[in-house]
Amino acid sequence: MSNVLLIIRREFNERVRKKSFIITTLLMPLLMIGLMVAPALIMEFSRGETKTIAVIDDSGLVAAALESDDELVFEPVDLPVEQARRESADRFGVLHIGADVLADPGSVRLYANSSSSLTLESNITGQIERILEAEKLKSYHIDNLSQILDEVKTSVSMQVFRNDKSQEEESQAQSSIVAAVLGYLLGFVLYMFLLIYGSMVMQSVIEEKNSRVLEVMVSSVRPFDLMLGKILGVASVAVVQVLLWGVLICGVGGAVLPHLMPEEVMAGAEAVQAGMPAAAAGTLDADMLQAVAVMTDMGYVAKIFVCLLLFVFGGYLLYSAMFAAVGSAVDNVQDASQLQLPITLPIILALMAMFAVVKDPDSQLAFWFSIIPFTSPVVMMARIPYDIAWWEIALSLALLYVSFVGMVWVAAKIYRVGIFMYGKKPTLKELCKWVRYRY
Amino acid sequence: MDLLAVEHVTKQYAQHKALDDVSLAVPRGSVYGLLGPNGAGKTTLIRIINRITAPDSGRVLFGDREIRPEDVQRIGYLPEERGLYKKMKVGEQALFFARLKGLSRRDATMRLKEWFVKFGIESWWDKKVEELSKGMAQKVQFIVTVLHEPELLIFDEPFSGFDPINANLLKEEILALRDKGATIIFSTHNMASVEEICDHIALINKSHNILSGRVDDIRRRHGSNIFEIAYRGEEQSLRHAIEGLQCRILDTDAEESAYRTLRLHVEQDDRVRGVIAAVNEAVELRSFREIIPSMNDIFIRAVNGTL
Repeated sequence: MSNVLLIIRREFNERVRKKSFIITTLLMPLLMIGLMVAPALIMEFSRGETKTIAVIDDSGLVAAALESDDELVFEPVDLPVEQARRESADRFGVLHIGADVLADPGSVRLYANSSSSLTLESNITGQIERILEAEKLKSYHIDNLSQILDEVKTSVSMQVFRNDKSQEEESQAQSSIVAAVLGYLLGFVLYMFLLIYGSMVMQSVIEEKNSRVLEVMVSSVRPFDLMLGKILGVASVAVVQVLLWGVLICGVGGAVLPHLMPEEVMAGAEAVQAGMPAAAAGTLDADMLQAVAVMTDMGYVAKIFVCLLLFVFGGYLLYSAMFAAVGSAVDNVQDASQLQLPITLPIILALMAMFAVVKDPDSQLAFWFSIIPFTSPVVMMARIPYDIAWWEIALSLALLYVSFVGMVWVAAKIYRVGIFMYGKKPTLKELCKWVRYRY
Repeated sequence: MDLLAVEHVTKQYAQHKALDDVSLAVPRGSVYGLLGPNGAGKTTLIRIINRITAPDSGRVLFGDREIRPEDVQRIGYLPEERGLYKKMKVGEQALFFARLKGLSRRDATMRLKEWFVKFGIESWWDKKVEELSKGMAQKVQFIVTVLHEPELLIFDEPFSGFDPINANLLKEEILALRDKGATIIFSTHNMASVEEICDHIALINKSHNILSGRVDDIRRRHGSNIFEIAYRGEEQSLRHAIEGLQCRILDTDAEESAYRTLRLHVEQDDRVRGVIAAVNEAVELRSFREIIPSMNDIFIRAVNGTL
């Protein structure tokens, strides 16, 4: 077995056997689902106790039509305002509606025992406005008013198609919202991967340097092989982790989701996939249907997944080579922070560009950032859900892998010098000098 | 026949010259001591031999040709700064290093088991390195270094950190390896161990090889013709006997013990026989031996430039 393979195997075994690896691999998908569910949960828990409001309706129009819900209960009372206010200590407050509220909408008053909230106030005013509007409409004496109103109610859902796609491709309806969410998600995944696995390589190099095991290693293998083995070893861990996550998420998406969703939703989703959104139109929300359609369209998921693997791998190789070089130059993680800056800067830049790119995936900015190797992994991944041209993806990938080879060459030079430098922390200028050293 | 030859090697670092035109030859089957004060360039030389760094000029011959990358498989190197992966288990780690040196899994396991038994550390196989003491880890590192039975072994301060019992065990193993045909380069400051096990040395000081050759030759060469005489009889008659033989009495032993001793400097080699004859006539001679300087003396004098 070649030495690089032996080193890859060692790195892989050491990491995969750690408890932390197993835990993060299993917990990450749960965490992501948790993040999606969290807003709903927060809403659930932020719901306060039920508030009771006494309603004194001098007009006789409003009180009966007010709708109570879990948060707000309206309780019509027949008391003078002053007395009601005195006796309502156990209520949230008293709502007084003037006798001539129809003509004078300003005669609505809320006497609250504690501070009221914006949502509460807009709930009350909204309801009263709706009731008064209905009253005013009634005064026109239109026949079949309620029927007319029902018929007038409209909800628009728009399907977007691309003119530059062939007939077959066109059947794949696009949803910008789904693509945007997917774009953000993929961009973030890339960003996290580059930083987390890249700095993992760096830490591992520093650790090897500190434990002085490097000198023993270097007397057996070429430093270049050692660095490459380490980078690929950590990469193999990353790939396994992505695959496991992919299987977990696809498993949930492809197998579990269709059973969980109501049949109606699935039929709608299939209709969208088949290019007949009309069949699915009507009752269900178009965006949601499309999201479900996308998640269960195995071809689309597979394409994104293949691209994800290629960009994760290429981007990771590029960045981890730089991280390895920095790790070899310093004695501890604290010293590394300054030298890390030129590495983390493009990643952060890519992340910032990603926000603009997701909004406008075909802009000049989006194109160039997704072609330039240092930002391309994050930005291109954010664009891919938008169905961009194959040649752009291919060009981006080609440039990424070419620059990886160049970067490894430079990093190996720095690495070679750095691993035997102890004590003083080198500056960036010195690192550049190391590249030109002859060994 | 030399196993390794270093020819006119020069290595310049940014600030200083680590090695300046250093040449030395390590005979096959010898224990070759590489001596020198701290910072003299020994570690750089070792790294060049190991192909960890390359010389600016000059070359290293291994056998009868220039050293090649694949030759590192035939070298075992124990660096001064010992290092093992702390989180890895002892057995697994030893296997990993053995396989990096080109052993098959089966061979490596078999040989490792033998060594572990020899050192009485079989129970450490599944321990993590971080659980071992420094000395224990050193033993493991030694095994890792010699396991692939390389032709050339390079030990940098092998005895540091060992108690006398284990140091002795190690010394015997090193000599056993030599007897099996390995050539050993041995970098150290410990002059007592040099006298004990080295047969050749090179003394590096300030980037230069200032003294090299067989240990016996060097000591003899730098012996300064001082002899110690143990005798029974009158000091006065002894003094009288050696008069005119161009020698100088350095000191005498004033104690009234069974034998008296006296140290003598004989200025010319060809006078030694005459001195012995004269002394033998004058007193009852019990012993007459040359005082050969210790390697420690030679080291200090060589480094201080007073040799």
